[in-house]
Amino acid sequence: MDTLTTPSLLYLNGVTVSFDGFRALNNLSLAVEPGEMRAIIGPNGAGKTTMMDVITGKTRADDGEVFFDEQDLSRLDEADIADLGIGRKFQKPTVFESHTVEDNLRLALRCDRKARAALLWRESADERRRIDRVLDTIRLGGLRHVLAGSLSHGQKQWLEIGMLLAQEPKLLLVDEPVAGMTDVETQQTAELLRHINQDRTVVVVEHDMAFVRELGVKVTCLHEGSVLAEGTIDQVSQNERVIEVYLGR
Amino acid sequence: MSNSPLIRALDRGGIAFLVILAIVGAAVTLANLMLPPTSPLHVPTYLVALLGKYVCYALLALSIDLIWGYCGILSLGHGAFFALGGYAMGMYLMRQIGTRGVYADPIRPDFMVFLNWPELPVYWYGFQHFPYALLMVLLVPGLLAFVFGWFAFRSRVTGVYLSIITQAMTFALMLGFFRNNFGFGGNNGLTDFKDILGFNVQAQGTRAGLFVASCVALGLGFLLCRTIVNSKFGLVLIAIRDAEARARFLGYRVEAYKLTVFTLSACMAGVAGALYVPQVGIINPSEFAPANSVEAVIWVAVGGRGTLVGAVVGAILVNYAKTVFTTGALAPYWLFMLGGLFVIVTLLLPRGIVGTIGDWTERWRKRETAAAAAAEPSPAE
Repeated sequence: MDTLTTPSLLYLNGVTVSFDGFRALNNLSLAVEPGEMRAIIGPNGAGKTTMMDVITGKTRADDGEVFFDEQDLSRLDEADIADLGIGRKFQKPTVFESHTVEDNLRLALRCDRKARAALLWRESADERRRIDRVLDTIRLGGLRHVLAGSLSHGQKQWLEIGMLLAQEPKLLLVDEPVAGMTDVETQQTAELLRHINQDRTVVVVEHDMAFVRELGVKVTCLHEGSVLAEGTIDQVSQNERVIEVYLGR
Repeated sequence: MSNSPLIRALDRGGIAFLVILAIVGAAVTLANLMLPPTSPLHVPTYLVALLGKYVCYALLALSIDLIWGYCGILSLGHGAFFALGGYAMGMYLMRQIGTRGVYADPIRPDFMVFLNWPELPVYWYGFQHFPYALLMVLLVPGLLAFVFGWFAFRSRVTGVYLSIITQAMTFALMLGFFRNNFGFGGNNGLTDFKDILGFNVQAQGTRAGLFVASCVALGLGFLLCRTIVNSKFGLVLIAIRDAEARARFLGYRVEAYKLTVFTLSACMAGVAGALYVPQVGIINPSEFAPANSVEAVIWVAVGGRGTLVGAVVGAILVNYAKTVFTTGALAPYWLFMLGGLFVIVTLLLPRGIVGTIGDWTERWRKRETAAAAAAEPSPAE
């Protein structure tokens, strides 16, 4: 089991997933180091979202292995994996619309997720402090008692990132965080992600090349379910194959 | 938001509801027992039993609102849990008949003698004891809901598929209970009750007592639901209703939450059925009819789902309308009216009666504060 001796936080080896004969992931291997921020790019259908589904337990890999923090994820479900410390942000902002911003964060706060604990829950000063801290980071402090459903698109994206932070995961998977954001919001989001990366590992899937450049991190380009190129943004964007299948000439 | 779970449950709306329930319950009981029949304010005993029946329906509606309104589980088979609770109580009442039955058998109920069953089936044992029967009232519906929910929620059956299999469940139970060899009186069900806890079920005092017990059960059920929905557990339920996948990725084991609340709701429905049976004097397999379960869902929709109070209001209003309209010249058209009511509520009052009133008061309050804010700076000008 030499795989277990690697220092990687997230390690995918030869992962294959097929849907009715279509190989969404084809022998995909990927390693993310602790504390790293990684950007994943690639054309539509390259397998970016499927890869996130496999890591978070939504989809089972047909073949290959997935390790997180030296733990095999292939037998665990979504709740177990979330508990191990993987947080996920969806492509479409998904927050609990009929709850307030504060309650959204309260639900996300790292704590005992068992039904009994939730029944006996009492509000505590510590909980309040942690919520305040997250609200500061995502700059939604003034909207604390507003229903999440009435936030703007960009605010919902931030709230969802805030929920990830409240979860205190070791690894954040962020799917297209700046889709539909204004330029200013995009820049603020890049800043926010860099801030988060100071003490957490982050994997960002994004189409917006300007945003990826702004992040300035190692880039992996996926194509047809496997890794096409990996390196700095300049290396990857000059790669012949990447230009051909993704960036265009 | 206060810290004790019980105090959280007793917000203003909750206290108002419980106070009104207590006043109405006490007034009806006293007007029945204390006032002479000649008094214009006297409540006749038949009316007390009728109101008691409404209160039981209200408890059933409350149990449906807890899972549908707050967790998005639309059960179209909740009548099954109600009926099972009713049968458990019916079995106790049957065993109280003793030698007063037509065949005067001290142990076996009449239908068993009639069917030439030599002895009491094992599953009828113990039902002569009231505490055991009460336990079964909770346990049988709860266990069925637990087993059913365990399979359904673990396999992630949701939405309309879940509704259909709950409907199939109650239909299957109905077919089973119609059979004589099932051992629950077949087609005729259980009836001709004499005593409950030594009191004659027909007596005025017993009727009033059962009515009070139903009101107390409704109050406790309401308090329990309110405690749940105002806790963090309730936040998680609504989160599951609105974005199930998100709740999963936050680490909540969705099936455990659904199973807990579904089982609890089934127990509540069972209690409602158990209180219903002595008041109407019969339980038979038609209580399992899918139409009954659908009707109960309509009560909740009319009153306003996700409000708790709305479920109670809806159950009482629709059943009052049913009583009025099924006794007069309009009787043949009742089902059309019920269907029409459902269509109208869905189209015009999607939030139900209580939900819509809540929206109005909120809008009104907002306008008031806006007007107050606008009026404020004028003296300075």
